[in-house]
Amino acid sequence: MADVYDMMIVGAGAAGLTAGIYSSRAKLKTLILNEGAVGGQMVLTHEIANYPGVESISGYALANIMKKQARDFGCAIKSNIRIVRYALNDAVKEVELEDGRVFRSRAVILAPGGRPRPLGISGEEKFKGKGISYCATCDGDFFTGKELVVVGGGNSALEEAVSLTKYATKVTIVHQFDHFQAFEHAVREARENPKISFIMESELREIKGADNVERVVIEHLPTGDRTEMATDGVFVFIGYLPNTESVKGLVAMNDRGEIVVDGAMRTSVPGIFAAGDGIVKRYRQVTTAVADGTIAALSAAEFLRN
Amino acid sequence: MLQTNLHEVESAAGLQKLLEENENVMVCCGRMGPMCIPVYEVMEEIEEEYSQVKFAVMAFDHPEAGVIRNAPECRGFMGLPFTMYYKNGKVVKATSSIQNHKQVTTILNEQFAS
Repeated sequence: MADVYDMMIVGAGAAGLTAGIYSSRAKLKTLILNEGAVGGQMVLTHEIANYPGVESISGYALANIMKKQARDFGCAIKSNIRIVRYALNDAVKEVELEDGRVFRSRAVILAPGGRPRPLGISGEEKFKGKGISYCATCDGDFFTGKELVVVGGGNSALEEAVSLTKYATKVTIVHQFDHFQAFEHAVREARENPKISFIMESELREIKGADNVERVVIEHLPTGDRTEMATDGVFVFIGYLPNTESVKGLVAMNDRGEIVVDGAMRTSVPGIFAAGDGIVKRYRQVTTAVADGTIAALSAAEFLRN
Repeated sequence: MLQTNLHEVESAAGLQKLLEENENVMVCCGRMGPMCIPVYEVMEEIEEEYSQVKFAVMAFDHPEAGVIRNAPECRGFMGLPFTMYYKNGKVVKATSSIQNHKQVTTILNEQFAS
């Protein structure tokens, strides 16, 4: 027996929670299904200082406020679930969970968000928490007096490399291109830091060690030459992947796996809308996710009325 | 203090008491940071389902958390949170850094099957 809603929202990051707030406040019976922790990428941010109307707030606190707002308007939220089947093409859409529960609605908003992109190389999983990290503010102090490698060339990589020099004696940035994608001020700050050195046009191929990280294998891309370098840890900041694998083939996507939407957040399938970091767009911010979620909810409500 | 809905252990004696009173215990020792919060959320989600397990958190920077920070099972750990699984007062599993719902429940099912 399926539970029936007016609107289902897949994902409970900034976009999904905002869509839930708007949809439930419009008196639509709304369900948010979330495969991870509520808040998505937002909770990975220590301080949000550019969210209009709020001078400074942690991502966790902002996510909790959004969750409470959605719930207070009557939105049901089921998190840490696993969706095993989508049927999105008919007028009534259906989603089935791993535990056999089935949910139906006439409109669905996909807001699956993204996740930090892993290196995907040998040793990465083995040494997670034992020298491999994705959060400088969380784990930086474990590397006091040690030498580190930072992988990446965007704002996160360069800014976190600078912050890690508070602890580490030496930080080596390994980047695949001959230039950085980061803003000029971030590049300048990193270049002016005497503890930071750079290995350009190179990628990590392997992480080695006994119990903890001890060495990395680095390949110079133009020549293919591989060298081993001793290090105590590796911090990875190489962007994000959209969490869209489970809806691949069900709605139109680009070659990066991002969902294609129009200005009203409509996907290629009638009744299916999408919002947040999982869609094709240039800027991924909490504010843009909130805007996407708002538009998707209003468009979906209009679709239901018509 | 950690801002979670889980029982918070505030001293080594408090942890010892918790272990004496409960056969199966999971303690996540961390901060209110991006690698720790997802683990607390998983624990909050599954607390009712795993009624045979006592779930608790402990602030990593609390002086008394040395009982976990310096535990032999945590030697070499370099990522928050440090998560400990105890059965009859003994550590049966310890993990470092972020863990997802599946990773946590796999350990619970292996160690604390009812």
